[in-house]
Amino acid sequence: MYSEKVMDHFQNPRNVGEIEGASGVGTVGNAKCGDIMRIYLDIDDETRVIKDCKFKTFGCGAAVATSSMATELVIGKTIEEAMKVTNKAVMEALDGLPPVKVHCSLLAEEAIHSALWDYAEKKGIQIEGLEKPKSDISEHEEDEEY
Amino acid sequence: MVRDIEYIVIVDEAFNLYLRRGGFMKKVIYLDNAATTKVRPEVVEAMLPYYTEYYGNPSSVYEFSTPCKKAMAHTREVIANALGAKTEEIYFTNGGTESDNWALKAAAEAYASKGKHIITTTIEHHAILHTAEYLAKNGYEVTYVPVDENGSLNLEALKQAIRPDTILISVMFANNEIGTIQPIKEIGEIAKEHGILFHTDAVQAFGHEPINVDEYHIDMLSASAHKLHGPKGVGFLYIRKGLKLRSFIHGGAQERKRRAGTENVPGIVGLGKCVELAMASMEETKKKETELRDYLIERVLSEIPYTRLNGHRTQRLSNNTNFAFQFIEGESLLIMLDMAGICGSSGSACTSGSLDPSHVLLAIGLPHEIAHGSLRLTLSDETTKEEIDYTIDNLKGIVERLRSMSPLYEDFVKSREKKDI
Repeated sequence: MYSEKVMDHFQNPRNVGEIEGASGVGTVGNAKCGDIMRIYLDIDDETRVIKDCKFKTFGCGAAVATSSMATELVIGKTIEEAMKVTNKAVMEALDGLPPVKVHCSLLAEEAIHSALWDYAEKKGIQIEGLEKPKSDISEHEEDEEY
Repeated sequence: MVRDIEYIVIVDEAFNLYLRRGGFMKKVIYLDNAATTKVRPEVVEAMLPYYTEYYGNPSSVYEFSTPCKKAMAHTREVIANALGAKTEEIYFTNGGTESDNWALKAAAEAYASKGKHIITTTIEHHAILHTAEYLAKNGYEVTYVPVDENGSLNLEALKQAIRPDTILISVMFANNEIGTIQPIKEIGEIAKEHGILFHTDAVQAFGHEPINVDEYHIDMLSASAHKLHGPKGVGFLYIRKGLKLRSFIHGGAQERKRRAGTENVPGIVGLGKCVELAMASMEETKKKETELRDYLIERVLSEIPYTRLNGHRTQRLSNNTNFAFQFIEGESLLIMLDMAGICGSSGSACTSGSLDPSHVLLAIGLPHEIAHGSLRLTLSDETTKEEIDYTIDNLKGIVERLRSMSPLYEDFVKSREKKDI
């Protein structure tokens, strides 16, 4: 059901953990839908480069893999570049996700934004294009008639 | 295609199971016997001649079809004996889901003039729940009686749910996820007192637990062969004599005009054989499985912290265990177990493609985040202590690893540290 890249990032997740005194921390998702992601960012205030990024995730295989891939994609990037890491970019980097797992990639994007928002608030700065993150991403799935 | 050319299953002299794909081979520990079971060699052997030799249509007149008629009559007798029923009360179907659909829809239709109220429970299999929802959309009213934290039906709530227009009570014999066995005799008595039909989905219990339809006042009972080391795609519905249930599948005159379609003769032969074997060894199997089940439960609960057993501790199927591991999610757990060759299942949302966790775990009062972290391991009489030990040894490390990645566990540890200070 999962691509080899997803399985690789699930089995050997990159950047799991916490950053003490992180520049920004964001937690999104809820236990009801079964996915919670927390992203820690270490940002250089002058260059605005993300020096390090760590995650912790409660969720399915896809949730772990998208978190892992998202951290890889933002490390070494400036805040502005990191803003361009969309859920599509995360999915593409993982060679795709099953349709029911697309929300995991949305959650990963939102977790990064949430951590950036936390950083911006702490520093009293504005990040272009960054909106106050939603605490949760949920798709409305309509049950088919049977 | 004779076999899957990509995947090769190997069984060694000690009955160890291996799965080979390309250059990789892993030992497989099959602990999902509530999902389906291995067909016993004796069952396969009994079935084979009915594909290749006795292939006649049992409805035909000529003598060539006589062995088919005889074989079907034999299976009917085996099942009737197992239930304390009459042979003419057994109707072959393609399995548990069809039997459940038939029982509910046909009973609702047949007794609509008496009333349109049906009672069932919050923890039924979807074959019942979705059929009940269908009936609810078509003019019937359905009451879902709740269960307690062990998954046992609240008999008082059942009595209170009964109305003058109640025509049917459907309660599963034993739950497929958490294994809790219901007080079926008491439920049957309540139904009888009020003159209400009683149906039980016994797919998980038939052949595992002793059942007598008269003693338990059961009017209809669904069962399936593949949960009993029999073939997939065959089962039966027991319908008490005198019930005026119409045909569910229309067509020919098979099954006394109540279930049309040429009979799955080899399947029915397999059903008879697996029931025969299950009934002959029921006590022995239960004893063996119960010992192993309790060993598994004790070890998991004592060696993995923040874990609970779902379902009743003793009033449960001898082959069922179901755990909730706090702070972790079921699908991740299943994939990691699979990598170690262990086949388990989860009531987790993610495995089924919907976002909600198991309705059964929510019904016994588990909060969502705990319900998401559930694991069901179901044994068979072939399961060994070595397999259980291997499973627990792996499980410990996997749970620990997933917890170390979990933000919920991180929050829990931090709040505990704060308290300590």
